[in-house]
Amino acid sequence: MSPVLFELLIRSIWETVLMTGASGLISLVFGLPLGLALVATDRGGIAESLWVNRILGAIINGFRSVPFIILLVALIPVTRLIVGTSIGTWAAIVPLSIAATPYYARIAEVSLREVDHGLIEAARAMGGNRWTIIREVLVPEALPGIVAGFTVTLVTLVGASAMAGAIGAGGLGDLAIRYGYQRFETSVMVAVVVVLIVLVCGIQWIGDRLVARLDHRG
Amino acid sequence: MNQHVSAGVADPVRVQPAGLEDVVRLVGLKRRFGATAALDGVSLTVKKGEILGIIGRSGAGKSTLIRCLNGLERPDSGEVFIEGREIGRLGERELQPLRRRIGMVFQHFNLLSAKTVKENVALPLKIEGRPRVERMARAAELLQLVGLSEKARAYPASLSGGQKQRVGIARALAARPALLLSDEATSALDPETTRSILALLKDINSRLGLTILLITHEMEVIRSIADRVAVIDAGRIVEEGAVWQVFADPKSEITRSLLGGIRPQLPPEIASRLVPGEGAETILRIDVAGEAARGALLSDLAAAVPGQFRLVHGGVDHVQGQPVGTLFLAVAGVEPAHLAQVTTFLKERDARVEVLGHVAGPV
Repeated sequence: MSPVLFELLIRSIWETVLMTGASGLISLVFGLPLGLALVATDRGGIAESLWVNRILGAIINGFRSVPFIILLVALIPVTRLIVGTSIGTWAAIVPLSIAATPYYARIAEVSLREVDHGLIEAARAMGGNRWTIIREVLVPEALPGIVAGFTVTLVTLVGASAMAGAIGAGGLGDLAIRYGYQRFETSVMVAVVVVLIVLVCGIQWIGDRLVARLDHRG
Repeated sequence: MNQHVSAGVADPVRVQPAGLEDVVRLVGLKRRFGATAALDGVSLTVKKGEILGIIGRSGAGKSTLIRCLNGLERPDSGEVFIEGREIGRLGERELQPLRRRIGMVFQHFNLLSAKTVKENVALPLKIEGRPRVERMARAAELLQLVGLSEKARAYPASLSGGQKQRVGIARALAARPALLLSDEATSALDPETTRSILALLKDINSRLGLTILLITHEMEVIRSIADRVAVIDAGRIVEEGAVWQVFADPKSEITRSLLGGIRPQLPPEIASRLVPGEGAETILRIDVAGEAARGALLSDLAAAVPGQFRLVHGGVDHVQGQPVGTLFLAVAGVEPAHLAQVTTFLKERDARVEVLGHVAGPV
């Protein structure tokens, strides 16, 4: 591989890490509260409100049912509004975040729903309010699942960020298509695949370690 | 003792006059779930410092009842007074400080897996907004009380069932409650652990003067620690009184059936041979308790009435320090006329007698 291509590879790795990390973080910040809202407003939840629950659910399902490549294009005006441009790595972070947030909200919802109802009742019996229940019971008890779900979301984002190459976002997927596939640079293709495997394994390994440390359920 | 207020009668007085003495007073509590009435007019009181046990089969309404006391469940009608204050009209926000006056222990412990033992015990104080130093000091003190100081930094998953319940009790006591609710606290534990947990509750009751209301389906639990018992069936209190008196003279069928496991019963091999009318031996059941059980009942009986008296089954229990006896006697060589003499003699001695039947040969 030529030094120029190597430099390109390094830059692409950074772009992929940036897109994955930034949109992952945004999906965590917005997805976790959304997941909490879904569980809290559901039947028997700590802030039961079925119509809020249905509306939230419908919005999330709506975003989740649109294929990412279509979302990428459809969101161009929104991206332009937020980032100022619809091309490049930062521009790709907008559709990636918007796709990952409802995805992560559903994953967080599953973990939060699994928290034993008896624990919520115990906190209520102690005189705790909703905020106490969220802070002391729901989130800490679901934390292993919340972290494991975040790991899954990050890995999914690594894959999705490759598609963002379609809007000139750069990254490893873009590199693989333009150099590895279209220009028959087999070495680039192999390098990209190896880097992606290492990246995904690394994320998964860190996630698993973190979950093991957080999980005291025995 | 018995302050049973008839079901469904609403108390016109909103503030309880004897509010200092009764920690809990329930008046005509009703709660329906669909077609079934979980509570169908429950009225009872719990006095300061006493242990009241509520017993009933599963589905009798026990859990609904205990959850009404801290507002986890809202009755459809009726009133709940906690320390003289009616809580039925309080909103969730107003109930929160009140719940801090009431500790609760659960059947499945309900400890938070992500917190250490000490953090679990300190949680009610955190909810109260106490400073960290105070929380930790109080938690250490309580862990010592329940004998788990060395487990302070462990996580609940590494504890045995009995240890988990000790943590549950320590947590329930953290905010110095006026009332402790125990929701089948020993039902998930083995008999030996059950005994140690009950001993701990009794100890806390006598040492701290803490009022305890417990629900259970096991008479053994009532026998070990309760001062008073209320029997609930199909959402109604069917019987209520001092534990030893209810043990000695259960009035309702459901109480008798719940007592069945721990009070002497006529052995089936004798019961199956019973015939009405006549036989070589007559089988009597004698129930005697309190003062009446302290005298020389059997030798006096033998001296007063001619005949052969043979003890075939039974025994004397001690409940709350009172003897409670059930004896099954085989009486032979007694004319029917004399049999009446036997029962009269025993009744004069405050014993209850029942002629169960006759058997052909010796049993």
